Amino acid sequence: MGQCRHGVGMAFLRLLAIRLLTTAITLAGVAVIVFVVIRVVPGNPIAMMLPPGATEADIARLSALYGLDQPLVTQFGIWLGGVMQGDFGTSITSRQPVLDLVLGRLPATLELSIMALVMAVILGGAAALTGTRFRGGRREGAIDVANGMALSVPDFLWGLVLILLFGVLWPVFHISGRVSPALDLPFTTNFYLFESLIRLRFDLWADLVAHMFMPALALAIPLAAIIGQLLKQSLKETMNLDYVTLARTKGYGETRVILREALRNAILPTLTLVGVQFTFLIGGTVIIERLFSYEGLGNMAIDAVINRDLPLIQGIVILFAVIFTAVNLIVDLLYAVLNPRLRHA
Amino acid sequence: MHLNRRSLLKLSAATMAAGTIGLPTYAQAIDELVIAYNVNLPSWDPTVGPSAVNPTIQGLYQSVFDQYILQQPDLSPAPGLLTEWGWNDDRTQVWMTVRDGVTWHDGSPFTAEDVAWNLARVAKPETGSPIQFVWGTLANHRVEGNRVIADVTQFDPTIFKWMYFLTGYVLPKAYYEKVGAEGFEAAPIGTGPYMVEKFERNAFVRLKANANYWGGKPDFDTVTIKFVPDAAARVAEVESGNSHVTLEMPYEEYDRLKGGPLAGVAAPISDIGMIFLNDIEVMTDPNVRMAAAMAIDKQAIIDRLLSGYGVKIDTLQTPEYAAYDASITVPYDEAKAIEMLAASGYGPDNPVKFKIQTTRGFKPKDYEMIQAIVGLWRRVGIEAEIEVYEIAKHYELRAADQLAPAAFYNWGNSVGDPTTSTGFAMFGPSPHSVWDGEDLIGMIGPLWGEADEAKRIDGWKAVDKYIADNALVIPLLQYVQPILHAPGVVVTPHASGSLLPHLMKRA
Repeated sequence: MGQCRHGVGMAFLRLLAIRLLTTAITLAGVAVIVFVVIRVVPGNPIAMMLPPGATEADIARLSALYGLDQPLVTQFGIWLGGVMQGDFGTSITSRQPVLDLVLGRLPATLELSIMALVMAVILGGAAALTGTRFRGGRREGAIDVANGMALSVPDFLWGLVLILLFGVLWPVFHISGRVSPALDLPFTTNFYLFESLIRLRFDLWADLVAHMFMPALALAIPLAAIIGQLLKQSLKETMNLDYVTLARTKGYGETRVILREALRNAILPTLTLVGVQFTFLIGGTVIIERLFSYEGLGNMAIDAVINRDLPLIQGIVILFAVIFTAVNLIVDLLYAVLNPRLRHA
Repeated sequence: MHLNRRSLLKLSAATMAAGTIGLPTYAQAIDELVIAYNVNLPSWDPTVGPSAVNPTIQGLYQSVFDQYILQQPDLSPAPGLLTEWGWNDDRTQVWMTVRDGVTWHDGSPFTAEDVAWNLARVAKPETGSPIQFVWGTLANHRVEGNRVIADVTQFDPTIFKWMYFLTGYVLPKAYYEKVGAEGFEAAPIGTGPYMVEKFERNAFVRLKANANYWGGKPDFDTVTIKFVPDAAARVAEVESGNSHVTLEMPYEEYDRLKGGPLAGVAAPISDIGMIFLNDIEVMTDPNVRMAAAMAIDKQAIIDRLLSGYGVKIDTLQTPEYAAYDASITVPYDEAKAIEMLAASGYGPDNPVKFKIQTTRGFKPKDYEMIQAIVGLWRRVGIEAEIEVYEIAKHYELRAADQLAPAAFYNWGNSVGDPTTSTGFAMFGPSPHSVWDGEDLIGMIGPLWGEADEAKRIDGWKAVDKYIADNALVIPLLQYVQPILHAPGVVVTPHASGSLLPHLMKRA
């Protein structure tokens, strides 16, 4: 038994080591690709800031000022050397350290993504459970239709619909921003939603939720549809298994059978999917944050691209890559821990 | 407190209601003005970096900082921090008289030292001013009482115009030296009508009225400017009453809302739409250029695509500009265009072919306008292939003189001088020009340093006439900026396109 546990532990550590190594290689690859690609595509920051009347000498002076007169390899070496020491450079447009800018905005994006994920799980879970409970009936049909609609409409269009409904026709939620400008924020971190709860400042919490509700819901709706479909399918398959039939013969009601017996086994594939989809959800924040003027990484990323702010684009992409690979790593490891076949392999 | 599901639901509903109850509506009297602005503010230093030359954020800067010279809503200059200015007789020196009694937002006095320090700072290449080539024409800045004197190293007749144009702002010497560039970004101060109270990057800036403002305290004590880049969200902001004022929305939306619960003002601004012609391929043929220019029905495009919001132009000057000449016209004449193409062997059956580049969505209906123009050209025997590109690519191609034979662009010139429109757009050696004809270079060259103002302006008018007669560029229209606002606020539009809260009053 002890040897078996030791063997499992070694296998897990080996898996962890391999995944960490591939993560490091992935990040290095992303760093090279983003550095090269954003310099190869047309449009450079110097051309963007050329005033009327600038001369060739002005172009050369500004290029030198921002280090863009160096060969590409030299630029990459300088940037990589800085990154290794935690210096991601300085934003060309805002003249602030890139690391400060991206880390300052990351909490806003994470809170929005997590809120969207929670909404998606609640909505998708409710749809799956209701559809399973009333399978074969009109309600399941209605849920399938709603799922189809939710999946086929992209998140930014849901955002526009929500703005029209809850921003204009029935203006109960804020259309733009993360928090009302008039409020004094006592926060010491940028995790406003989390910190407002810790500090029991429900007034601020409500204001934050009133700002985040629509963007989070717009992000959540397509994901909720995916969760709903997958979970319902898993539940329906589980409902035909022997142990579920046994539960019914014991006289348990259908709802109890679903919630107490079937859900536990049916939820595993959905949990894996949720982990993977979370990374896509963070990617989706780019458009949604812009639409709702939400002060997260995505909104900042669009400005960085428009202004060809090369150091900032690099910083944001690298951070997104770190998040993606970290989430994937965690999902892989969790799957290894939870899946009995992999655990005993 | 015992929390159960019901009480939790009640608490959530109550807190949600508390959070949303503060939403303003346009029916209420306006205590705190809220503006939904169309771009983000990347940096608070209006003198260096790319933000300094970004025309769309100059209105934000002008709320906090003063320029050396005030620019009035009709683009004309007026005494600002400088009350008088000029050259000495032989134009080897400039002098500026500095306004007395002005204070910085921290209460310290504004002095002539501040002006001299600012001018010297942006003249140094290492400061990173994109306009250093202008400020560098002054040197040896010195203070004599409330006057600033500087030596002219290269005479530029527009130097004082730059003092109310891009980067022409006055920053506080003592404060800037004390806090440094990063400290200034974190807590900027100026002498302007509003003081920065709170700034959240990519979200909003909250401004407090400067009670000591030399131009008089603004009408609204508090102004919040939300950065809402998406046009649909901006319209929703004012439609829902979340914001009181917004700008730059589709003209259809403007027409829909201005007659309802919202008021609107749409005035021409200093931005123009134009088609650069590069002197390559078929564009070296004057018949092709002239035919291309005369085949465009500009008024029809304005009426049908821009709901009538636009002013037809035939030179790179708008009526507000110093060198505008209404007598220079390029008629819409389809028959003449066909005739000119025929003279070069082209026609509907044997069309002349070239590429035209355009942005899509960068300016209102830009792509649609080019589609319409290509349609008009097709009727006379011009077959143009449209290439859509990003504005960043346009800048790079233009700087490298690699634009297609035709390329749509919008040119801003909020100072209204011909050097910063026709001059930089059409002078071959300029990185902004793609027309390299020696004849034009010869005409423009002497005007850069022309000291006689009337002669200078006449010279530019002659250049514009030459350009129009030879179709070296195709000016299309002057843009009109739509502004929607709640009925409780009166908005004064500025011809530069800047939306200035201190020009807004309670109705």
